[in-house]
Amino acid sequence: MIFTIATRELRSLFLSPLAWVILAVTQLLLAWVFLNAMDVFFSLQAKLATIPNAPGVTDLVVSPLLETASILLLIISPLLTMRLLSEERRNRTLDLLIASPLSITEIVLGKYLGIVLFMLLYILMLSLMPLALETGTSLDIGKMLSGFFGLFLLLGAICAAGLYMSSLTDNPVIAAISSFGLLLLLWLMNNHGATQADASSVLNYLAITSHLSVFLRGLVRTADISYYLLFIVGFLVLTIRQLETRRLQA
Amino acid sequence: MLDNTLVSVNNLSRYYGEHIAVNRISFELATGDILGFLGPNGAGKSTTMQMLSGNLAPSAGEIIINGIDLLEQPKAAKQSLGYLPDVPPLYNEMTVEEYLHFCAKIHRLKKTAAKHCVRQAIDACGLGTVKQRLIGNLSKGYQQRTGIAQAILHSPPVIILDEPTVGLDPIQVIEIRKLIKQLGQSHGIILCSHILPEVQAVCNRVQIIHQGSLVYNADMQSLIQQQDSGWFEVSLKHAPDIETLLAWPELTALEKTGACNYLLQSPLAAEILCEKLVQQAWGLASFCPHRQTLEQKFIELTLNPEVSLTPDALD
Repeated sequence: MIFTIATRELRSLFLSPLAWVILAVTQLLLAWVFLNAMDVFFSLQAKLATIPNAPGVTDLVVSPLLETASILLLIISPLLTMRLLSEERRNRTLDLLIASPLSITEIVLGKYLGIVLFMLLYILMLSLMPLALETGTSLDIGKMLSGFFGLFLLLGAICAAGLYMSSLTDNPVIAAISSFGLLLLLWLMNNHGATQADASSVLNYLAITSHLSVFLRGLVRTADISYYLLFIVGFLVLTIRQLETRRLQA
Repeated sequence: MLDNTLVSVNNLSRYYGEHIAVNRISFELATGDILGFLGPNGAGKSTTMQMLSGNLAPSAGEIIINGIDLLEQPKAAKQSLGYLPDVPPLYNEMTVEEYLHFCAKIHRLKKTAAKHCVRQAIDACGLGTVKQRLIGNLSKGYQQRTGIAQAILHSPPVIILDEPTVGLDPIQVIEIRKLIKQLGQSHGIILCSHILPEVQAVCNRVQIIHQGSLVYNADMQSLIQQQDSGWFEVSLKHAPDIETLLAWPELTALEKTGACNYLLQSPLAAEILCEKLVQQAWGLASFCPHRQTLEQKFIELTLNPEVSLTPDALD
């Protein structure tokens, strides 16, 4: 059942031009970032050869690419998540889903799985660029996988937050702006944490992108995985609660 | 409770804050019933339908669908339910066929059964020519029909239709009414409408809800029997003056409704009164027993807030 809703969601995404445009534009921007990073790497290559334990192509090309991708998606994903539930509310199709033998949990998980599958596709497309380097050089596959895994978790968290924001309103634009605000706040916390060393370690921990940098360094820590998982589960539970409350109070 | 009871609603209430939208209503629906659910705007019709479909949680009361409590086992109870909300719940970016296949899947139909059901629903609702088109590009009538197709797709025992014929052209309206009547033989249908002739034509039971309470509940049969009110609409070409008419011993009341049209009340049977009128040589041009229509009943009940449940509501 969850899968039925997820596939419908995914199809809907691709039936509108929005998904295609987002994929194309971000791919183009990231290709530019990738080429730039390659340029930097080539100019430094001679120097790097003399330094022992120097950063390799994975550190100098793949990590910056993933970092830029994470920021780009922070900005763009509210556009993808905004209509998840708000449009179902507006078109009254949510009534159809609720009147059919599905629990609200199944509806929410189906929607979430749909958008996460889209993000997975996005990550696969993104991974083609660094993988192309494998033909000419050897990559640190472990580090790269850790980076992509981190990015995937981050995207999962972003989608969960966006899904919740979309459940609060039946206006997609309001959903987009509020999830954008939330994500930006969680991102800015990181910057603040970087300047004010210890007092803001809590804020730094809460920041959504600070955990990604750990993955980009090749570290897969339970603490960071649990941060993202808790974030995702938290927002999914909130979404389910929100839809239940709407049924009780609307 | 009857053996073939499909829906049983007991003391259902719903508050919006302090405002009471639905006030302790109870009714039952059996197989073969087509229940007309009437009420003026804001009477609580849609609220009741939303509660029956699980889209709104009731403040109090219970809903039993096909023997299963909707509030305790919502998934099992909704299995027996087909619901068309007042706005058809459509995904504009899908084709009619894709949409119906999706609906079949969320109602847990097996693949082969789904194919069969989708084909049947498309035929029943006359969607054959548009099944490959995007729902968003269809006319309002076809969209409405797609909504109906969705509600009857999985052949649920209980079908709830909230204003199903809105936006349809007269021929489609006749077709859909025929379809509803046909479905009513083997299903239980709740038809929400404020088109009174439609309810009169299609339903075999009628309920009127007013300010959140059920004020009328009767068989269409008994409504028709009640209609012999003793009033007759006649038109007389050579009528005498009012005084002469009033003095005529066969009449108990009289009302002039047009140049030569009168509304008469008489204790006599229609055929006898007709004969007597002819004997008077007043130029009887037309004669019609005046029936109390559903419309009059509706107006009488909803304009007069003091009216409580009629005795026949307790059957």
